[in-house]
Amino acid sequence: MTIEITAGPTPAEAMPVDRSLQTRPVGLLADIGNVLVRELRPILRQPASVLFAMVQPLVFLGLFAPLLPDTGEVSALQWFVPGIVAMTALMSASFTGANLSEEIISGSFERLLVSPVRRSALLIGKALREMVPLVLQTAVIVVVVTPFAFDLHLGGVLLGVVVLIPFSVGIGALSLALAVAAKEQAWVFWTVQQTVIFPLLLLAGVLLPIDGAPGWLQTAADLNPLTHIVTVERALFAGNYPVEDLIVGFGASLAVGLVGLLVGVRAMDRAD
Amino acid sequence: MIRTVGLTRHFTRNKTTIEAVAGLDLEIAAGELVAFLGPNGAGKSTTLRMLTTLIAPTSGSAEVAGYDVVRDRAAVRRSIGYVGQGNAAGHQFRGRDEIYCQARAHGLSRSVAKERTAALLDAFDLSQHADVPVARLSGGQRRRLDVAIGLVQQPPVLFLDEPSTGLDPQNRVNLQEQVRRLNTDLGTTIVLTTHYLEEADALAGRVIVVDHGRVIADDTAAALKSALGDLIAMEFTDVEAAGAAAERADRVPGAQVRVQGSRVELRAAYGRDLAPGLVSDLAATGTPVARLEVVGPTLDDVFLDLTGRSLREAQQEADGTDPSAQSTTDQEVAA
Repeated sequence: MTIEITAGPTPAEAMPVDRSLQTRPVGLLADIGNVLVRELRPILRQPASVLFAMVQPLVFLGLFAPLLPDTGEVSALQWFVPGIVAMTALMSASFTGANLSEEIISGSFERLLVSPVRRSALLIGKALREMVPLVLQTAVIVVVVTPFAFDLHLGGVLLGVVVLIPFSVGIGALSLALAVAAKEQAWVFWTVQQTVIFPLLLLAGVLLPIDGAPGWLQTAADLNPLTHIVTVERALFAGNYPVEDLIVGFGASLAVGLVGLLVGVRAMDRAD
Repeated sequence: MIRTVGLTRHFTRNKTTIEAVAGLDLEIAAGELVAFLGPNGAGKSTTLRMLTTLIAPTSGSAEVAGYDVVRDRAAVRRSIGYVGQGNAAGHQFRGRDEIYCQARAHGLSRSVAKERTAALLDAFDLSQHADVPVARLSGGQRRRLDVAIGLVQQPPVLFLDEPSTGLDPQNRVNLQEQVRRLNTDLGTTIVLTTHYLEEADALAGRVIVVDHGRVIADDTAAALKSALGDLIAMEFTDVEAAGAAAERADRVPGAQVRVQGSRVELRAAYGRDLAPGLVSDLAATGTPVARLEVVGPTLDDVFLDLTGRSLREAQQEADGTDPSAQSTTDQEVAA
């Protein structure tokens, strides 16, 4: 026979708290950096993932560009590629909210909302991530088209990417705001995203020139910031640097960036 | 550690206002392990979401770790760990990166954050699964990762919202063990919600029963149950013996006696203390007990006693299924 004697529960002494683990306030920039690093890790581990967001632009490049007639001195491809780069920027950045939708549904977004990370940093860090796909995707497009009737002006392309950065970040921020507003209903996100993207693209003269458009369409195109960005991208990709177009195009891009971040931060502040 | 005064939250849906939490007054001391028990929609999660700064109260106030959940959100967020109903780690991210990110969010230095991440992965037996996307982990592994993320800065208070929902029994027991150890070893104040009676019973020193946004009971699981009394079930060799025994049992103060053939059941406060005397009395008077069972009340009995409906019925009610058909047959059987 075995007799087991167990002592009753004894009050446990609380272990000393490890001082180095003590939480302390984090600066805004460190907060943004933390969110940005988190966002970038999956992309840097799997850079090929940025290709998924550019399937549509690549389809247009392969199946639509060959239909365009060459006009005057520049090849149709030379005219078309800058627009496709801008389209890729728009598409890719506008998809970013889908990742957030996934985080909202799975629960990791809630954890971030309860963490000490500032709401503004949460949005800005996630939106700034868009810079990386923009650079990678532009590189892919340029590499793909350079063997064909496309003259590479590297300086212009690089400046073109710089001009697109605020636009990408702003569209990313708007997409994130949309995902926050849609909450668990991812279909709301997709419906709005799809409804907005194509008019923006067509009105910017990405696929066909706006030049011969009726007046009302011309006015709508003028109000579209993407129109001015595409205009300056076309000049830059051709190796020209028209100062006035640059100012207007970069201004339009900055405006989208600022509005996007403002709307995004407001939406994020109210997230629950 | 936690204090609420008239904490209230309304939701407006389809122009009707629902009082999800109605004037909660609560005091939870440091080092307590408290379970909010109630059916879905009782207001448990809404309370937790207010205490963790996710949503603002409609009225009333709450303090967590000495900070107001509305005025001093940032300080509250630094003081708490939170394990929500979903997964804390993003499915496309890696476990190691997610713990590290949380550590950096709490202001731990790079080197400390790295060490802490490794230590937590080790403590939760996740080191082997830390460097693959979270989407590839099993449910139990993800849940352990959630808790690890919640503990990154050794918070004085840990909130867990339905921690064991969706876990298999083995993982559920493991999780309960980890939560209990955290409470006893580190003195962490723990507040969890559950609709598993067994969980509240096994885990929590204090059970707060919530229904329709109000606290309907607040005590230790043992006290809640002892108020209802224990069930003493005795079997006898024949019906006459049972009849005689029932007469004797009826003299136990406050006892409710039921006879079914050769079986006598009585429910009485402190029944487990009375049973030995009763059994020897019966043997002395010539009606020896053939078989004896003493059963303590479950928290389900407690809920039934407090609300007039079983936890399962309340659950079905909240889930929108109509329990009336089921409960009618239950009553007929009982009658």
